[in-house]
Amino acid sequence: MRPGGDTLALAGLGLGVALVPLGVTSQYHLSIGVFIGIHAIVTIGLCLVMGYAGQISLGHAAFYGLGAYASGLLTTKLGANPWAAMAGAMALTAGVAYALGRPILRLRGHYLAMATLAFGIIAYLAFVEFTELTGGPSGLAGIPRLRVGGFVFDTDRKFFYLTWGGVIAVVALSLNVVNSRVGRALRAIHGSEVAAETLGVDTAAYKLRVFTLSAVYAALAGSLYAHYLSFVSPPTFGFIASVEFVVMAAVGGLASVWGAPFGAATVTLLTEVIRDVMPRLLAYASGEHEVIAYGLLLILIMIFVPEGLTVGGLRALRRLGRAGRRVPAAP
Amino acid sequence: MAGPEQLLQLVLVGLTQGAIYALIALGFVTIYNVTGVINFAQGEFAMLGAMLMVSLAPLGLPTPAAFFLAVAGVVVVGGGVERLAIHPARRASVVTLIIITIGADIVLRGLALLAWGTDPLPLAPFSAGPPLTFGGAFITRQALWILGTTAVTLAALYAFFEYTYPGKTVRACAINRLAARLSGISPERMSLLAFCLAAALGGVGGVVIAPLTLVSYDMGLYLGLRGFVAAVMGGLVSAPGAVAGALLLGILEALVAGIWKAAYKEAAAFLVLFVILLLRPQGLFTRAVARQAGL
Amino acid sequence: MDIRKLVPVALLLGILALGVRTAWAQEFRIGFVAAITGPASSLGGPERDVAVMLQKELDAAGGLPGPDGRKRTVKIIIHDDQSKADETVKAVKKLIADDKVHAVIASSQSPTSLAVIPIVTEARVPLISMASSHAIVTPVKDRYWVFKTPQSNIHVAVHQVGYLKAKGVKKIASLYVNDAFGEDSRRGLAEMLKGTGIEAVYEDKFEHADKDMTPQLTRVRASGAEVLIVHAIPPSASIITKNFRDLGLPIPLIHNHGVGNKPFIDLAGGAAEGVIFPIGKMLVAEELPAADPQKKALLDFIAWYEKGTGKPRSTFAGHGWDALQMLFPILASLPPDLPLEQARVRIRDGLEQTRNFVGTGGIFTMSAEDHVGLDERSMVLVRIEGGKWKYFPREKW
Repeated sequence: MRPGGDTLALAGLGLGVALVPLGVTSQYHLSIGVFIGIHAIVTIGLCLVMGYAGQISLGHAAFYGLGAYASGLLTTKLGANPWAAMAGAMALTAGVAYALGRPILRLRGHYLAMATLAFGIIAYLAFVEFTELTGGPSGLAGIPRLRVGGFVFDTDRKFFYLTWGGVIAVVALSLNVVNSRVGRALRAIHGSEVAAETLGVDTAAYKLRVFTLSAVYAALAGSLYAHYLSFVSPPTFGFIASVEFVVMAAVGGLASVWGAPFGAATVTLLTEVIRDVMPRLLAYASGEHEVIAYGLLLILIMIFVPEGLTVGGLRALRRLGRAGRRVPAAP
Repeated sequence: MAGPEQLLQLVLVGLTQGAIYALIALGFVTIYNVTGVINFAQGEFAMLGAMLMVSLAPLGLPTPAAFFLAVAGVVVVGGGVERLAIHPARRASVVTLIIITIGADIVLRGLALLAWGTDPLPLAPFSAGPPLTFGGAFITRQALWILGTTAVTLAALYAFFEYTYPGKTVRACAINRLAARLSGISPERMSLLAFCLAAALGGVGGVVIAPLTLVSYDMGLYLGLRGFVAAVMGGLVSAPGAVAGALLLGILEALVAGIWKAAYKEAAAFLVLFVILLLRPQGLFTRAVARQAGL
Repeated sequence: MDIRKLVPVALLLGILALGVRTAWAQEFRIGFVAAITGPASSLGGPERDVAVMLQKELDAAGGLPGPDGRKRTVKIIIHDDQSKADETVKAVKKLIADDKVHAVIASSQSPTSLAVIPIVTEARVPLISMASSHAIVTPVKDRYWVFKTPQSNIHVAVHQVGYLKAKGVKKIASLYVNDAFGEDSRRGLAEMLKGTGIEAVYEDKFEHADKDMTPQLTRVRASGAEVLIVHAIPPSASIITKNFRDLGLPIPLIHNHGVGNKPFIDLAGGAAEGVIFPIGKMLVAEELPAADPQKKALLDFIAWYEKGTGKPRSTFAGHGWDALQMLFPILASLPPDLPLEQARVRIRDGLEQTRNFVGTGGIFTMSAEDHVGLDERSMVLVRIEGGKWKYFPREKW
């Protein structure tokens, strides 16, 4: 759309990311920042699939898990270098997503949603069942940290920079995809698949590329997660997690790549804010109230800002700006 | 290694589970046909039905009265979800509505957690007595209740769709939502009707399964997922397809667990789903007609 | 150029940078993370209840008296981990970094407990887990900061196998729930069966959410096993028990300590009759011989818990109680105004030096080699008769 604005926004994000850890010293807040970054990377991919290819994926947590487990296994069982493991995890996931998407994306309708749902659950079961390999339900521990020479990404601050560096790279790459020929074709698909095909756009091939790219993002995020926590266990990568990523994408807004980090931040922080606020509102409040508040807020966001918080927020600001300009005009 | 008696036993277990999945799958199909939305809160309707039945049990009402009260309660909740959460966002995209149902699912589960706590709750079977023997296999009396209730519900549903005006309007929506609207059928009223109907179906499923499985606030997710898989196997738009898919799913799970390895039953179910999607994306039991309009 | 594109970025960073800081007076802070919601909520719920009740009592008493006689407040900061590993990690990080807690109690399940071990180890904060897996405290050299209060699954298997041997059983079937608890229990049993000549002729699992286990049970019947051993918690443990009776299997049914709460009996209805399982002594506290050193402590706890919550006794509540009560005397003994890092070291040392602490789970004697401090004497066999737990000592076998 406006590449100039995107470049500026990217620069702003870069600057902000550089500054945040200077102001935020709490390890805990930084670790939330890390989780937001990890979730954002997955969500950006989903945004591409949902917003630009018009398909829902209910199995992205499986790609996320594939990335995490591949990284964890390659490093702990084969002693691979963590960076090589990360690359391996992304390549493996790309292959799996390509093989999965190829037959499915030829179909129209919600089939990708159903196929990815089935794939997601099968992948989850694989994490649980291959006990000898994955540690089964007890999880896989002792995943080494990422390092460059003598520099180890061992504190939350260092990992914050690493993760958000990843987010910036992923956003930049996605903006490139969106503004390229492929991106224009994708927007056409979302508009009308038939029209796009009439104009000679190979929609299935484009959708497949975007789907594979989004799976690679998820694998990158999963690999970061594994090296950050040094522990992975199956529930993180289950069906509910897939649904949460879809929620993040929808809350942020599907109209632009920028919606994704914002949606990831909102949903992740929602849990934290509720955890912080609820005990003050209700004496001895706990889990149950937090769950209900989370669900209600989700519904309210979707009712009042159905196109997502980024679009909704921008619209509100525009209205505010107009109102501001009108005030001095009427003395 | 499995003798005929053992096979029969497994099929009976599978049919019983499948009957419950069928009721929930029909809820998915109804709402999907009318609104295009996949209702993630569908499983919670079954949970609520079961919970209400448990709460009504100590009042000493006769079972049929408690049954209808519980189902009516779920219908009120289903209608409430539609009015309070879906209706205000009716102009939003389908994805938005799906996210709203996810929110509704979370809220309903949270409320159940608050109201009934975390411990699973028991419910006495509708009729007491030891299991019956049937060709060398055992079947519990509650399983008979489940099969019977499902059969009656399916018959009633069929009559509703075939012979009543509201039922016909639902079918009209399923065939072509735009044309239905043009001929004066209010999509908003239809959406409410669909949610109430789906809630009733889920509620019935929950009430009848409660004595067999115990009731816990988190049972909705499991049942909802199974119901959804069954509906997809049947093509997601076809009621008979959903029922057939549900019975097939139930029997498949039982056979895999009883003959091969229980650990593989879930994987087997989803693998079959996967293969069906690849080979017959229109569902197992629907003819490959043009896609239903409007979906 | 589009300045408005910057708005979401600015908002995002604003939220990221948002941090709430609170100041506090001289007080002790204990982080308490439990699975209050999610699949393990039947464990985390009672644990949370205990923490809330103890907090109210501490508030009423004005805190713990220190060595100088001055009372210092204790704050138990409770978080829900939603039965998820990443939520547990986040909660524990928050507790350590923001709330500056002196010790952490976390969490209800084995995987969530295992996930936070690297964090407390790096931050040098003592951790008490309320989960059963033996891997939480072994190898002890890597678990310098980690302790746990529930008995280990290996202690349970000792009792199960002891009973099998006494009865001359040669072939058993084993079914377990497909999670860390079931897997760890199965491993414990397999370990104890080695060299006894008892063979597991059929072994399979079921899911926690499964609604019918008849298929597995038909296999048990076909396998010729003389006893069925189940490792699970309700509701799946209750459902399998009902299915077992409905199928009319004529062999004894042995469970493990996962079924040690009242809902199991209620849920399985008459089907629970005759079920045998090893468990901590809380369930049969009334019937224990008067000489049992735990008897009084148990009866007191039961009365306190049932009165406070209106709920029946729960061994999980006991695990939370043991963890907190083990901490209190150590906190009380700390000199005033000790810097936080030193206080944490002293608390860890104190936990490791726990001797003959009479808790609900057993009599704890920790050491540098043993961070559970329990042995199989902390458990007894129980049999369900007439809808009640009955102490089932060797004489009655």
